[in-house]
Amino acid sequence: MSAPSSDDRVIEFRHVSYRLDGGRELLSDLGLEIRRGETLVLLGRSGSGKTTSLKLINRLLVPSAGEVLVEGRATTAWDAIELRRHIGYVIQDVGLFPHFTIERNVGLVPRLEGWPPARIRARVEELLQLVGLEPARFLSRYPRELSGGQRQRVGVARALASDPPLLLMDEPFGALDPLTRAEIQEEFLALQCRLRKTVVFVTHDMREALLLGTRIALMEVGKLVGVYSPEEFLRSPDPLVTAYVAAFRNADAGLNRGRP
Amino acid sequence: MSVLEFLKSFLEFCAHNRAQVSALFLEHLWLVGVSMLLAVLIGLPLGILVTRHPRWNRPILGSANVVQTIPSLALFGFLLPAPWLGERADRLAIAALTLYALLPIIQNTCTGILGVDPAVREAARGMGMTDRQMLFQVELPLAMGVILAGVRVATVITVGVATIAAAIGAGGLGEFIFRGLAMVDNRVILAGAVPAALMALAADFLLGRLEHRLRQTS
Ligand SMILES: Nc1ncnc2c1ncn2[C@@H]1O[C@H](COP(=O)(O)OP(=O)(O)OP(=O)(O)O)[C@@H](O)[C@H]1O
Ligand SMILES: [Mg+2]
Repeated sequence: MSAPSSDDRVIEFRHVSYRLDGGRELLSDLGLEIRRGETLVLLGRSGSGKTTSLKLINRLLVPSAGEVLVEGRATTAWDAIELRRHIGYVIQDVGLFPHFTIERNVGLVPRLEGWPPARIRARVEELLQLVGLEPARFLSRYPRELSGGQRQRVGVARALASDPPLLLMDEPFGALDPLTRAEIQEEFLALQCRLRKTVVFVTHDMREALLLGTRIALMEVGKLVGVYSPEEFLRSPDPLVTAYVAAFRNADAGLNRGRP
Repeated sequence: MSVLEFLKSFLEFCAHNRAQVSALFLEHLWLVGVSMLLAVLIGLPLGILVTRHPRWNRPILGSANVVQTIPSLALFGFLLPAPWLGERADRLAIAALTLYALLPIIQNTCTGILGVDPAVREAARGMGMTDRQMLFQVELPLAMGVILAGVRVATVITVGVATIAAAIGAGGLGEFIFRGLAMVDNRVILAGAVPAALMALAADFLLGRLEHRLRQTS
């Protein structure tokens, strides 16, 4: 593999710290590069700072120290609106607009961008199909008329709507049952093969990280432990990594219960 | 005098004076309508301002609160020396009623907007909505039910307080009430009080329906 050239780095964290007004530090001295077309998984337990890191990328938060570069430009040098329209964002709590139909929810950014209605409509149908929701049944429904998993898929469709080159996905498949989850993970891989978007994907599920990530960044209480390829991750001697792997092995052991 | 007899004589009084009852009713409606319109036009932006700049919270809500604690009759009196307002009784009454109606509107606008689900707000910002788009496409539509509840409360209060406008000669159904008090004639008092109560009930009912419909879609 050739060394990444500078324009290969779509997102770069340079010595980034994020501190609350009260002084509590949520992220300290984070350094991380995300390359074009890769799926970087942020893995870490609850409260380790994954969501905070994502919000620094689309400038929902601004670093207290250091800087986050997107396409080589500090987020603070971007026009915030332009930056955010450039980045698809699937938020952890989904956050669909309760007063909009599914059609309007998914078509929101294209609408803001002033696409003609026919094109928005076609795009929305295409996306709903993509996330496995039959357009005819879902277009005119409201979010409250959907199950949690269906809402989550609408959230993914909405983030993809204007075909942004960058995607931030915060536990996008968290509320899905294992079967649907496995299905949509497969779809994600197939899609990623085709679209080659740059994705930052947050999860605390190691299996999901190994399956979807080209690289895995492990976080622990606001610090980056390390960045690994899936193979490296499984072989790493780092105790924080081995603890993770062991926990999942134990869970797997449960599958063998009651077998001869 | 039995209740039935009294009722009969009250209805006769109303029938006999129906031209004046309806004229005062319309005058009352006008005072309330104009005041409410002004209160919404002033209160809504103030409520929005408070959500945008929290440091305005205390001065704005504080003053609206103070106004609310002034007895209504005294408020009419305080405004009397005001230059343009004091010249005409109806201006004065409308100004006082507007001030009175502000608090629930400002408060509910503020509560409604701040009550929008943080996840929805974050999604809107994360997708690159401008502050304006966020306000008009997300916050106001979602807060509309709560805002309307404030308008409803304010309207009902205003219908009641507007009866006092007659004390400064601004007319309205209060005329009957004050006249009835002076004449010690309950029929005359009721000829003002009953239509005012009906107006308050009607406003409450209609705005309640509207509020219910808006809350269902949000
Ligand atoms: N606005 C805030 N005020 C106070 N504490 C906050 C705030 N935002 C985040 N935190 C704290 O910062 C830490 C990191 O939060 P963050 O949301 O980034 O975690 P996470 O890794 O996404 O966790 P999870 O997997 O549970 O979503 C947590 O301890 C959280 O309580
Ligand atoms: Mg999180």
